[in-house]
Amino acid sequence: MKLICLSDNPSKPCFVLFFKGVKIMLDCGLDIKQILHYIPLLVVPGFQVSKAHTWSQGGDKRNRVPDDAAQELKECGGRLLVDGNPEFSIPETGIVDLSTLDAILISSYSCMLALPYITEYTGFKGTIYMTEPTFYIGRLYMEELVKYVERNPKSSIASHWKQENIIKNLPAPLRDAVRPRQWRKLYTLHDINSSLSKVQLVGFSEKLDIFGALTVSPASSGCCIGSCNWIINSKYEKICYIAGTSTLTTHPRPMDQSPLKNADVLIVSCLTQTPLSLPDPMIGEFCLNAAVTVKNGGNVLVPCYASGVTFDLFECLSGHLDQCGLAGVPMYFLSPVSDSTLAYSNIFAEWLSAGKQSKVFLPECPFPHADLLSKGRLKNFSSIHTGLSTDFVTPCILFAGHPSLRMGDIVHFIELWGNSPSNTIIFTEPDFPHLDALAPFLPIAMRVCYCPIDTSLNFSQANKLIRDLRPLHLVVSESYTHPPVLEPLRNDLTVDFDPSPLTYKQGEILSLPVKRQYEAVEMEPELANTLEPVEVKPGTAIAMITAALVAKDNKYVLKLLPNLHDVPKKRRADGSLLWRKPYIFGTPNLQEIVDSLKQNGFTSLRVEENDSGSIIHLVKEDSLIQIDNNSTHIICQGEEIRLRLKEVMLKCLKQL
Amino acid sequence: MSDIKVTPLGAGQDVGRSCILISLGGKNIMLDCGMHMGYNDDRRFPDFTYIAREGRLTEKINCVIISHFHLDHCGALPYMTEMVGYDGPVYMTHPTKAICPILLEDYRKITVERKGEVNFFTSEMIKTCMKKVITVNLHQVIQVDDDLEIKAYYAGHVLGAAMFQIRVGQSSVVYTGDYNMTPDRHLGAAWIDKCRPDLLITESTYATTIRDSKRCRERDFLKKVHCCVEKGGKVLIPVFALGRAQELCILLESYWDRMNLKVPIYFSLGLTEKANHYYKLYITWTSEKIKKTFVQRNMFEFKHIKPFDRAYIENPGPMVVFATPGMLHAGLSLQIFKRWAPNENNMVIMPGYCVAGTVGHRILNGARKIEMENKQIIEVKMAVEYMSFSAHADAKGIMQLISHCEPRNVLLVHGEGEKMVFLKNKIKQEFGVECYMPENGETSVIKVKHNIPLDTSLNLLKRQLVPADESEEPDPKHLKILHGALQMRGSRMQLTEPSVAFRELGLEEYELRFTCDITLEEEGSVSNTTDRIYRLLQREFPKCSVQFSNDGSINVGDSVIVKVSGEDDCKNILVSWSHQDEDIGSHIQRVLRPEQS
Repeated sequence: MKLICLSDNPSKPCFVLFFKGVKIMLDCGLDIKQILHYIPLLVVPGFQVSKAHTWSQGGDKRNRVPDDAAQELKECGGRLLVDGNPEFSIPETGIVDLSTLDAILISSYSCMLALPYITEYTGFKGTIYMTEPTFYIGRLYMEELVKYVERNPKSSIASHWKQENIIKNLPAPLRDAVRPRQWRKLYTLHDINSSLSKVQLVGFSEKLDIFGALTVSPASSGCCIGSCNWIINSKYEKICYIAGTSTLTTHPRPMDQSPLKNADVLIVSCLTQTPLSLPDPMIGEFCLNAAVTVKNGGNVLVPCYASGVTFDLFECLSGHLDQCGLAGVPMYFLSPVSDSTLAYSNIFAEWLSAGKQSKVFLPECPFPHADLLSKGRLKNFSSIHTGLSTDFVTPCILFAGHPSLRMGDIVHFIELWGNSPSNTIIFTEPDFPHLDALAPFLPIAMRVCYCPIDTSLNFSQANKLIRDLRPLHLVVSESYTHPPVLEPLRNDLTVDFDPSPLTYKQGEILSLPVKRQYEAVEMEPELANTLEPVEVKPGTAIAMITAALVAKDNKYVLKLLPNLHDVPKKRRADGSLLWRKPYIFGTPNLQEIVDSLKQNGFTSLRVEENDSGSIIHLVKEDSLIQIDNNSTHIICQGEEIRLRLKEVMLKCLKQL
Repeated sequence: MSDIKVTPLGAGQDVGRSCILISLGGKNIMLDCGMHMGYNDDRRFPDFTYIAREGRLTEKINCVIISHFHLDHCGALPYMTEMVGYDGPVYMTHPTKAICPILLEDYRKITVERKGEVNFFTSEMIKTCMKKVITVNLHQVIQVDDDLEIKAYYAGHVLGAAMFQIRVGQSSVVYTGDYNMTPDRHLGAAWIDKCRPDLLITESTYATTIRDSKRCRERDFLKKVHCCVEKGGKVLIPVFALGRAQELCILLESYWDRMNLKVPIYFSLGLTEKANHYYKLYITWTSEKIKKTFVQRNMFEFKHIKPFDRAYIENPGPMVVFATPGMLHAGLSLQIFKRWAPNENNMVIMPGYCVAGTVGHRILNGARKIEMENKQIIEVKMAVEYMSFSAHADAKGIMQLISHCEPRNVLLVHGEGEKMVFLKNKIKQEFGVECYMPENGETSVIKVKHNIPLDTSLNLLKRQLVPADESEEPDPKHLKILHGALQMRGSRMQLTEPSVAFRELGLEEYELRFTCDITLEEEGSVSNTTDRIYRLLQREFPKCSVQFSNDGSINVGDSVIVKVSGEDDCKNILVSWSHQDEDIGSHIQRVLRPEQS
């Protein structure tokens, strides 16, 4: 059993598991963080962010970057950024032959954005398994990316700067870009449709059969709508994969722990990206900052994804604004897929927390944002061009994507509002380091708040969970075994387990210490009826089976041999018997044997006992029986006598 | 082998009052708990005294499963849980849990407030009853207890309708509830995987019908409605608030749009908006087409269809009214019917099945004079039309479902006896499986046979999977023979290599060895005789190894030794073998011993 890690970012995981001849990919995350090396895309085609200007190389002639590469780079907010069509860092695809993957298990919509890179143009023939909400919301996330990138197309793909001899001469942080030569341009709508046509929808706790060899089953993970952990079972072994998981009470259905218990191997990914801050106080701080800003006449800008925590923010913020007497302040929500994510949020009641579910029984919409929308307190638009300007009221709170600040309507609003110190931008999304995200817009006058809300397990929650689940072996990201770089002394911010966990890292192949011993084989009742069990100990019986083994679809069945007369003479190529019959065992004592012989008409016996055993002379028959602990040797001449002696001996023994 | 026992308390060779008890693997499960619309006395509820003469049912039943919200499937639930007494789990899907209490309350009101019955369940009882409900999602495998698991499949019939698979160990039963194998305007078709249950319990409402194409029926329906209103007539369509009503609304709504009609369409007040809201929130349970377009346009927001007010009954001019309940047995639909029936311009369209005993059933059978409960006689002059829109599988659909899930036995419920016989024969003929159709209170015993699972050592299995003879091509059809020792400890069955089993059990094999001397009068050297015997043995035992060993003796098989000694004219042949090679040993004796003269 092997595990290969293909992703560099444990929060956007991608693994391949080899188990019982089946190849399963676990999650297919796209690490969008690398597009922070690009210049932001403005909403209006042809325009560029105001602070970008051509790069004037100074310094040493020897390290000078050639012009073709230098033209691809722009200086922006004091950083060197790439000016070209954004490219994405995809999972490592060189190690595994993707055409031989049997299945892909997806844990949540935020861990599937690299799917088209894996399933399209690679010969992939397997099935992708995910829940219904993951499917629909994941598709929207992909479409959103495509729309952002396609609505302001850049003609050029920048590639010269990636050459090894050039990149090493570039200033940080561009110099430290992760494997830029493997970055790929974004997929298209066609690729999304084609990739998602390979999906099979699954329900929580559904048991899915993979080629008869394995059963996989998703269990709610409480992190976002439809998110799950996966349990991979053979009849005798159990592997659990924990991805984004939350033990907090937010809108999704709570985490289901019990199916994850007592695994042979527990694989853990997607722990919190902000171990230093707790979500609850951050939400409080978020609401506070937003309310103060609008109270003072400023606008609030919230970079966000089109679903997930954003919905919790609507709920908390509207409540807080009510309390502050600011119920009249409008909230705007901009995303090309906002219509759909809002509509879908209403119809996934089965995948929500009990509180939200019970509202649907009334029937009411599960999320309060439905009410906010109908009252006009929350308004959503697909972009700034679709009617936003007609009833745009400030001060306001504006939620917009993309949280990387490299694309989407958010870029426009930073340019628009960035110069006024009365406005505030509040970062809540933990996927992107906010200072790097903001870099191309610096210097900036607007107030910057950082309230990261990551509902995933933090280290103390993870350690407690792992202790409760009692796995035999634990597998975690290498980065979870030492404290964060910025807090080198916080040993509490690591995963702690005994025996010390196995670790994964991009590109590494990990052997999992699971030794398979058994396989399930079924016996037909007709065969069972022919067995002759012998009780060898109280409560334990044994029977010899000789049967035809039929293997079909990785399932094994034992049937009666079609023709018992032919086969017993069969031997292996080395001459050894295919099976032996009979087996005899037992510990008959001498007296038993003697008595039995007498009963069967052998009367002239002379018994000799010595250290190693005893000898019975059958004087009249001129035969000898040598007996010791575990064997009897019958030496005789006539066949008729031998057969009679055999019967006597077998009566004193047990045979199978 | 344990058998599966099935006893219908209702819906056995009948439609209505669905309630089927099954017992498998030591678990007792109640499938549906419905009321009968054709009765107003004790017979309207299943006879729960069958389960326990007195006292509560909690100890007797492991769980109750409700397939969908129609009252003939859930109408007796509060009576059973609160008045007879049951505190165990009740399972249903989310939409069923949402809608079922509304219909129950509706039913209670009609029975208690309008008919003035006493000793009926109360609103409070409905609430406590619903608290015992556990919701299930489609395809989710729910562990009721350590051994009993259930799983829901999409059934189509109405919003939230589900078929259930019930499994205890290796035994499994699928109960279809009511289902529909063809997608309609708002729901998808029932689906099940090839789960090969021991028993499929299927409804058989339309056991003998093969319905014509849906499109034709729809066109027919629209034409009839249009004709009637054009002549100034009133159209009454008795429906249940949820289900068929929504489909017909979608149909009329788009037709009115297309034909630019202005005649008012009404839907009886109260439930409507609420009902439509449920459809909007449970869009995931509707058809693919509606799901795809719901973000742009929600099909359940109607433009032409307005709420109905009782006062409109006397309004002049044409109109179309959807009114509950669907079988004209009580409530608003019956009230409207009484007013409109005497006018030949009017029309009533019955869009679904009507249970025996209801007014709907009587007029469909051609009755033109109906006697009401208060002895009042209604003369029916209005046109009476029957349109089968009820979303049940027809004979073809039932056969389709059987071929999808490949059951080992089939049991028919929820249908009429004579029609069942026809279907039963057809099923036996076509699929070669046993088919049962018990009456209410009659128990069918279904024999089941299962393979026995063995924990088999991987070493043993791998060894056996290589072909016995290397010269043979690895051919999947080639017989592979497995030989091992099966240890049985309690319920654990473990198959290993014999030596491993003996070691684990602390058994030592006992060796029984035989040695015989054969005297031969044969000329020549010892080695000549040995060679001759060697060749003879090779011929006799083509499949065994026959080899010389270092001391000049011949080894055959695993344990047989043949050694020649003696003088030039007389040889002594010692043959020694262990009991496991008895076949070889005795055979050597036969071929080497000189014929006994």
